[in-house]
Amino acid sequence: MISLSEVLKEYSSEVAIGPVDLEIPRGGITALVGPNGAGKSTLLTMIGRLLGLDAGTIEIAGYDVASTPSKDLAKIVSILRQENHFITRLTVRQLVAFGRFPYSKGRLTVADEKIVSEAIDFLGLGVLENRYLDQLSGGQRQRAYVAMVLSQDTEYVLLDEPLNNLDMRHSVQMMQHLHRAAEELGRTIVIVLHDINFAGHYADRICAMKEGRVVEFGTPAEILTDDVLTRVFDTPVRVIDGPNGPLAVYY
Amino acid sequence: MAETLAAPAPVGQRTSRSLGTSRSRRRYWIILSILLVLAVGFAFGLLAWDNPMPFSTSGFWRIAELRAANLVVMVIVAICQATATVSFQTVANNRIVTPSIMGFESLYVAVQTSAVYFLGAAGVIALQGLPQFLLQIALMVAFALVLYGWLLSGRYANLQIMLLIGIIIGGGLGSVATFMQRLLTPSEFDVLAARLFGNISNAHTEYLPVAIPLCIVPAVLLWLNARRLNIVSLGRESSIGLGLNHRAELMKVLFLVSILMAVSTALVGPMTFLGFLVATLAYQFADSYDHRLVFPVAALTCFVVLSGAYFVMRNIFYAHGVVSIVIELVGGAVFLFVILRKGRL
Repeated sequence: MISLSEVLKEYSSEVAIGPVDLEIPRGGITALVGPNGAGKSTLLTMIGRLLGLDAGTIEIAGYDVASTPSKDLAKIVSILRQENHFITRLTVRQLVAFGRFPYSKGRLTVADEKIVSEAIDFLGLGVLENRYLDQLSGGQRQRAYVAMVLSQDTEYVLLDEPLNNLDMRHSVQMMQHLHRAAEELGRTIVIVLHDINFAGHYADRICAMKEGRVVEFGTPAEILTDDVLTRVFDTPVRVIDGPNGPLAVYY
Repeated sequence: MAETLAAPAPVGQRTSRSLGTSRSRRRYWIILSILLVLAVGFAFGLLAWDNPMPFSTSGFWRIAELRAANLVVMVIVAICQATATVSFQTVANNRIVTPSIMGFESLYVAVQTSAVYFLGAAGVIALQGLPQFLLQIALMVAFALVLYGWLLSGRYANLQIMLLIGIIIGGGLGSVATFMQRLLTPSEFDVLAARLFGNISNAHTEYLPVAIPLCIVPAVLLWLNARRLNIVSLGRESSIGLGLNHRAELMKVLFLVSILMAVSTALVGPMTFLGFLVATLAYQFADSYDHRLVFPVAALTCFVVLSGAYFVMRNIFYAHGVVSIVIELVGGAVFLFVILRKGRL
């Protein structure tokens, strides 16, 4: 369980994130949605300890994010940001193997290699594993980074807009991979999404944010209504019944 | 090449190690051996070429011993520059910077210039001697630490801003030095100019007992830190995500880099281009992200470049010691050739 209490990040007297009180239960996919500048990514980076808090506490599985040593947290939670600095002369497999650093400290064992292979196969990167990162398309590279996060083998996985730069087919595949990771590997995945329909279809819970605060938290069925979405996104939204569940129409 | 690499490895052979294939392993060791042979060749050439005594007589070795001090200086400078530049580029997440832009060399130039400015030609003498050598190192390391400490611990801790401020301070020191040089008499300027080119003969043997440990210890520490450096090269957020204390790591590496750069600069003078050149070449030669493989290649490349340039300067142009000129000319050409042929850093 990830629990946030009174979490606050102040940028200026007008711009602040929080105070946020939120409990994200174990298991499944929780999607963070909301308009631009709502604070979704900021909240995610604070949970992933990449950004300090000004007030409040965040606990992941009972460990306080601010006081638990970073190297211990790295075995509990992994985070993937939108922009990654990528280095040349690094193959997909070597990148994924970096995910084992919290355990191996760079000295890979046979067991580490096996987990790395599993993460690569899980995301269907087997044929690409010896390619250099700069020889990949944006979507393939995105998948390689997700594989690295999976090979870190943490119960909690935080992903900041992993569907960025992905086309229709790869977005769907990515969400299916993540859904399987939650289902088969028992991971708790928190993900920032822009497309409310992706959130509605694949997420188990949706957390809607607006102006730095959590305004709605519930199952997709509870969030995907005309009322709620119109209020959250400040734009007229109609929810209709699609062939695979409710669909938000906003254009 | 991409197609052959893309073929899936047979089950049981899948490995994430750097140099995973036998081909890349062979390539790495061949390059390392070539560098080693070149290094030994140049070193022997420097000892034996033009040696008036016949080989393996006691007179030969006596002359060779006199020249060996220069070789030791080159080994120190090579280890310092190569290790410092590779590490610095990694923590800066930037392959086109060198630690000398942080103001080390401007500080060195400013110190040398003001000595001559205030004390006249005697100032150059006043800066020679072990205490003065140590003082210069201490000054440069302190300068770097204040800059890093101040810029990396503040609210807006940002490496890019730190680099920018380093460049600006370096530029300011450089201008002050240029201004003072304008006011020198031609003969004083002539004395000073000799100190401002990177020159192996600037080093004095009495510095070596101090310079050797000050070079070896940080270099070994950085080498032991290589696996963490691999993670640091992924950037701040990924390294924190993988459990590294990124800021502590940054401070540690920058501190060691500042010692190495200070030793090299105080020993032989500015070598702005050398570190950058060998770091780039080393990545081409080693063809790996792994610092444990890049460090030895970089240090060896650096020694080959230095001793090669020194050999050419000494025995072909009879311009003793001023190696930075050859390095920048030939090294720059080699660098452009490699980059244009391979097309990536």
